[in-house]
Amino acid sequence: MAKGDPGASTRGRRAAPRSKKATTGDPELVQLLTPAGERIDSVIGPDGTEYRVDFTAEEYRGLYRDLVLVRKLDAEATALQRQGELGLWASLLGQEAAQVGSGRALRTQDMAFPTYREHGVLYCRGIDPIMPLRLFRGVDQGGWNPDEFKFNMYTIVIGAQTLHATGYAMGVAMDGKTGTDDGEAVIAYFGDGATSQGDVNESFVWASVFNAPLVFFCQNNQYAISEPLERQTRVPLYRRAAGFGFPGIRVDGNDVLATYAVTRHALDNARHGQGPTLIEAYTYRMGAHTTSDDPTRYRIASEVEAWQAKDPIARVKTFLEREQIADASFFAEVDEQARREAVDLRERVLALPNPEPSTMFDHVYPNGSPLLDEQRAQFSRYLESFEGSAH
Amino acid sequence: MATETLTLGKALNVGLRKALEGDPKVVIMGEDVGKLGGVFRITDGLQKDFGDQRVIDTPLAESGIIGTAVGLAIRGYRPICEIQFDGFVYPAYDQIVSQVAKMHYRSGGKLNIPMVIRIPFGGGIGAVEHHSESPEAYFAHTAGLKVVSCANPQDAYVMIQQAIASDDPIVFLEPKRRYWEKGQVDLDAPLADAYPLHAARVVRPGTAATLLAYGPMVRTCLDAATAAAEDGRDLEVIDLRTLSPLDLGVVYESVRRTGRAVVVHEAPSNVGLGAEIAARITEECFYSLESPVLRVTGFDTPYPAARVEEEYLPDLDRVLDAVDRAFGW
Repeated sequence: MAKGDPGASTRGRRAAPRSKKATTGDPELVQLLTPAGERIDSVIGPDGTEYRVDFTAEEYRGLYRDLVLVRKLDAEATALQRQGELGLWASLLGQEAAQVGSGRALRTQDMAFPTYREHGVLYCRGIDPIMPLRLFRGVDQGGWNPDEFKFNMYTIVIGAQTLHATGYAMGVAMDGKTGTDDGEAVIAYFGDGATSQGDVNESFVWASVFNAPLVFFCQNNQYAISEPLERQTRVPLYRRAAGFGFPGIRVDGNDVLATYAVTRHALDNARHGQGPTLIEAYTYRMGAHTTSDDPTRYRIASEVEAWQAKDPIARVKTFLEREQIADASFFAEVDEQARREAVDLRERVLALPNPEPSTMFDHVYPNGSPLLDEQRAQFSRYLESFEGSAH
Repeated sequence: MATETLTLGKALNVGLRKALEGDPKVVIMGEDVGKLGGVFRITDGLQKDFGDQRVIDTPLAESGIIGTAVGLAIRGYRPICEIQFDGFVYPAYDQIVSQVAKMHYRSGGKLNIPMVIRIPFGGGIGAVEHHSESPEAYFAHTAGLKVVSCANPQDAYVMIQQAIASDDPIVFLEPKRRYWEKGQVDLDAPLADAYPLHAARVVRPGTAATLLAYGPMVRTCLDAATAAAEDGRDLEVIDLRTLSPLDLGVVYESVRRTGRAVVVHEAPSNVGLGAEIAARITEECFYSLESPVLRVTGFDTPYPAARVEEEYLPDLDRVLDAVDRAFGW
């Protein structure tokens, strides 16, 4: 598939500086594009910051292309799981804007620490989208190079990566890489359920105390498998930041423009040495937690329908049509690209060979282990003992 | 040769200082490691000389200490984490076994987590609960971690530097009851020439039976061997030093020669390292054995109240009793 970076041209922009212009909309939710596809010029957030974006037509189209592509690739992965080609899939359906908006707000030098659902951010970091499918198919543990792509390994244990991100961000500060426009920032992704974890709260403490250049990006998709938000918290999640001593802000996570603006602002604050921010991207997981659960057991259809009306892609499309930024041929071309990339992904997944069994012994220790070497040798002899064995 | 008489604790301190001097990426982090110098003073004076960005006093949360160290390691640092006491490591257990141990494997070898987790372990100091435990089997069971323990000042000085220099994540167990025992330390011998980190060592040659120990029990076994010699029994003592991976070559060679083996550790016997060592010796040295491999260990109880810990801990008499049983088979 094309490793192209459809939204790359949005990089290098900064959220607009503070001003005292009037605000519109919900003061608790930064939004720049309504579900009906109407642009809001700018919003003054509860932190006093004016959030706005000023993209070129090409940049708007790039974001739309990203959204459609990651949704299509995600749908293809879900289909592959249903056909038995993947052991599991954690779909991002409904969360495309939160991931593309924040992912495109990252600069090349910024480091991301994802969960296992950040396929959209992974796409924005320029990683081949087959990589997470390799993990879920079981041919490896997800072996992209975190240093090369500035995108760390997927983390399955809930919230564990927030501490890794905090330590990495401490290292950025210790390296003297903050305080300038080209400084580095770090982003940690996690969900609403993770906010109940000790590690996430410990990372809030550490990041605050050490003034780490870090953005905590919580995708509140309303459910931790079957447990609703009310089972995790009695207060809006973004407000927790105040208790740890850094700003928290809620953004419409289905609004790619607002998510971009808020994330870019928080990342710039971090890179300039102003410490951490908690962003709560208020969104909804339209599918199951993973392909293993059945959401009809724990949520009602009317709730899902209400969120369908807030679809992150439909509103961008309406906006592009209304403003005549894109025409039917553009939308058809994007759909065709998505279809081609999905077909390509499918073909490549089906062609993935199983790893050689002996590779399970690789990379346990950087310096090896004589006991493991012995076990590997014994296992090889065992396999070779089968007559006509391919091994 | 600059040989000095140092306590084991001071030898660790000097070793840590050498590591901080030798590599600007080495950082120490933990609770109270700065001004206080750690509750056992192992990091005494290091923050004063290297600053609070090299010797970092952390908030009080063990998972946070280990988890942020993972991130620092990914960033290119070489963190040394101090866990204040053995019984406090469990809040960090998930980060150690699920993240530290697996990051290299998960990334297909692209990430290294060159980290040392220092844990003062074991009993014998009259402490309250959670301050005298022996959690080594939990870590030795986890692939991706290496586990070592030092038993004398010279090894403490060298092994801590070797552990820091290694790209493997290492759980470094310090025998806290031996912190104050003195020994000769050669401060100038080059690290490259030192005895390998992951190698056991015969610390007392003998012919009648082999005592296998590590950390605090090495001293106990040496004392037992001295006592046995007075009774005319010449015991060999091996300091295992590396608990994962075990260095079994020297063990097999010894047991084939002596025909008898007794494994000694403070940790409970059930599913402890003694079980693993006994099974391996049985598999490899079966025809050389004059008796079953025996274990002398703590009991399968929580670590008891301090006033009975002398009964709980293996001592010279219990070790010699096991040797007697090995000969009575």
